[in-house]
Amino acid sequence: MIAELGHYALALALFVAIVQATLPLIGAHRGDAAWMALARPAALCQFLLVAVAFGCLTHLYITSDFSVLNVAQNSHTDKPLIYKISGVWGNHEGSMLLWVLILALFGSAVAAFGANLPPSLRARVLSVQALIAVGFYLFILMTSNPFDRLIPAPPNGNDLNPLLQDPGLAIHPPMLYLGYVGFSMAFSFAIAALIEGRVDAAWARWVRPWTLAAWAFLTAGIGLGSWWAYYELGWGGWWYWDPVENASFMPWLAGTALLHSATVVEKRDTLKGWTILLAIITFSMSLLGTFLVRSGVLTSVHAFATDPARGVFILVLLIIVIGGSLALYAWRGPQLVSTGLFQPISREGGLLFNNLVMATATAVVLLGTLYPLLLDAVDGGKVSVGPPFFNAVFIPIMIPMIVVMAIGPLLSWKRGDWRAAVVRLWPAMIAAAIGAVGAWALVTDGPFLGIVGMALAAWLAVGTLVELAERVRLFREPMGRSLSRLTRQPRASWGMTLAHFGLAVTIAGMTGAGAWVKESIQVMAPGDTVTLSGYEFRFDGARQGTGPNYATTLGHFTVFKDGREIVQLTPEKRVYNVSGTPTTEAGIDSLFSGDIYAVVGDRGTAPSGKPGFVTRLYFNPLVAWMWAGLMIMVAGGALSLTDRRHRVGAPTRSTSAAPAAAGAD
Amino acid sequence: MYLLPLVLFAVLAVYFAVGLTKDPKIIPSALIDKPAPTFDLPTIPGRKGDGFSTADLKKGQVSVVNVFASWCVPCRAEHPYINKLAEMGIVPVYGLNYKDTPDAALNWLRNLGDNYTAVGADISGRVGIDWGVYGVPETFIVDGKGRIRYKQTGPIVGDMLETKILPLIRAIQGGSQ
Repeated sequence: MIAELGHYALALALFVAIVQATLPLIGAHRGDAAWMALARPAALCQFLLVAVAFGCLTHLYITSDFSVLNVAQNSHTDKPLIYKISGVWGNHEGSMLLWVLILALFGSAVAAFGANLPPSLRARVLSVQALIAVGFYLFILMTSNPFDRLIPAPPNGNDLNPLLQDPGLAIHPPMLYLGYVGFSMAFSFAIAALIEGRVDAAWARWVRPWTLAAWAFLTAGIGLGSWWAYYELGWGGWWYWDPVENASFMPWLAGTALLHSATVVEKRDTLKGWTILLAIITFSMSLLGTFLVRSGVLTSVHAFATDPARGVFILVLLIIVIGGSLALYAWRGPQLVSTGLFQPISREGGLLFNNLVMATATAVVLLGTLYPLLLDAVDGGKVSVGPPFFNAVFIPIMIPMIVVMAIGPLLSWKRGDWRAAVVRLWPAMIAAAIGAVGAWALVTDGPFLGIVGMALAAWLAVGTLVELAERVRLFREPMGRSLSRLTRQPRASWGMTLAHFGLAVTIAGMTGAGAWVKESIQVMAPGDTVTLSGYEFRFDGARQGTGPNYATTLGHFTVFKDGREIVQLTPEKRVYNVSGTPTTEAGIDSLFSGDIYAVVGDRGTAPSGKPGFVTRLYFNPLVAWMWAGLMIMVAGGALSLTDRRHRVGAPTRSTSAAPAAAGAD
Repeated sequence: MYLLPLVLFAVLAVYFAVGLTKDPKIIPSALIDKPAPTFDLPTIPGRKGDGFSTADLKKGQVSVVNVFASWCVPCRAEHPYINKLAEMGIVPVYGLNYKDTPDAALNWLRNLGDNYTAVGADISGRVGIDWGVYGVPETFIVDGKGRIRYKQTGPIVGDMLETKILPLIRAIQGGSQ
């Protein structure tokens, strides 16, 4: 009964979405206020219906109703409640439902809070949102219905993939989807702007908070995913350039570019066509990412063979959404006239450089991701072009961007003086030199890239602080004046400073963990010790235990430095009862200087002949900085979102063709 | 200018569509039944034992060539099966260490086991190009005359060794000797 109710609510949502996608659009074209006004109640109604459907599926999971195929395939009565709930989106069908739920949530947010939007723009935005939703409802209802029954019902379910039974991964997909789907807002605004034929400062000001929110969620989602890979996969690594990771990274790169180019549209009324294109590309990458991850379509050729209908549907959907919007762009884009002119050396120039680098990086990741997948599709094997390709291509692209990232904010709009900016960056140059020399002195046998990475991190961190100091005119005016300037900085500026500084911290972490990691794999008997980067790991043995739905081997290590005990680690190797799948839970102690990381594996025989266990030990220098930096970036995004210009009736659209006068920050 | 994104996407879409209709099994390696490429590689610096060259493959017995790298995650999963195959002693198993750094490769072999008859260090990846390697892991079965008879793309894991690789080796051994 509950399953049928959910199914029915979903079907109703489809019909509401069809109405929302057509009538307000026609109304906006004809100037019919009543038809345009239909968009708001429709968006709210659509959200209500999807929420009912999602609530129904959640109820089925919590009550373990195995007469529903999706629940039987992905749940089990012994599973803890949190994983029963996260099981709702831990599978293809349920995750698609979460996707449309978030899409409808964003749509209803525009309906609820978009009172100051011009009626025609609001109607068009909501219609485009609904058009996307129609595609997804049809996809779910026709090929991926989570409410399909399984008669007769099995006594118990197949359990959720044990790798996904983890607190980090329980909240990772919703975060990621808030990011992916959040970019649909920028997309809808872009399409609406193309239909209206105008992009101005007010438009950019409406788009930016949505993009910013999506970007912050996506950053958090990617961070969570990499943190999960770090402690759950047990190889001490945090980024594998895996297609699934790349799928979330591509919209992030494109979204970061969009965030910056939208600033240029807002402040300087230029780069309009490019910004619109970026909005389309960012959401296209989100769509691609969703399908790469969830449908299993592109990661595994077998999904095509077993369910070709799904693959064809996805391809058609991608062609309609991406191809359709790009065609609209090709048709209407040339009419978007930019008025703001600028010199290559200027704030705009710096942001454009950021955009070009980010776009190139997106293309590189796309190429590296699709190339093996396309070969996979014709050859049936799973190959990896692997880190050599990405590291060789991606890192060199990023280096000049980090260099310019410290200079760009110091340039003025329209025409900047790069010599003056570089002169003011002398503290950053000294910091970069210290970073390089320090890295070289501390790790004499490390790769050259480690030195470059540390120099860049120091350059960016101090360069960002220099920019802040310039803004408050530190040491140029009395301290009190500078302090009062500091407190009066708009939150958006603080957001930028935090985000850039966070990236510097992240780069330091990636450099440390990427270039200087030490690992040691061996069989250890109780009492054996291994020394790694000055830390002595003593293996104290392992014992058996049981969890709610798994059996576990609990290893025990004591770690010493200079004879003093630092920490006790208890890594686990779990075997889940239903699927028999093993998972590792690494034992980790995060220090400022790096992570002490231990994994216990299968039984083996130690070199001494005594029985023991395979152990993997790591010292990951600075790795925690990476996630700390990501958290700072997210905090920067969140702070910027609370800026008063996003709240107080700032976005008033000027009636003349001239752009709203932009404050020169 | 404004048309360019659409054109690029159209190319990509056609690519996807072709990929959708392709039967995964029908395109074999272009090198099948061709002689193995000519090469002579030293072993990984620091590793005891021989290098690996074309001459090794022309000794009249069927051999297996496994392309691996320490940076490749699927290779880790595959390696125990490669070790097992080598331990059986029915064929020599040669390693082609592809685009790797010697230290990382040595460490990897030390940790996961090194049962290769010989390993060639293809640091630049040039020999890999001749073998048509486009991703790792890949495994080739070469007959006694040095002709490539089979190419496995992707890791040999699970029951693939028993159900696929071993029967193929036996069939080729039966046919060429």
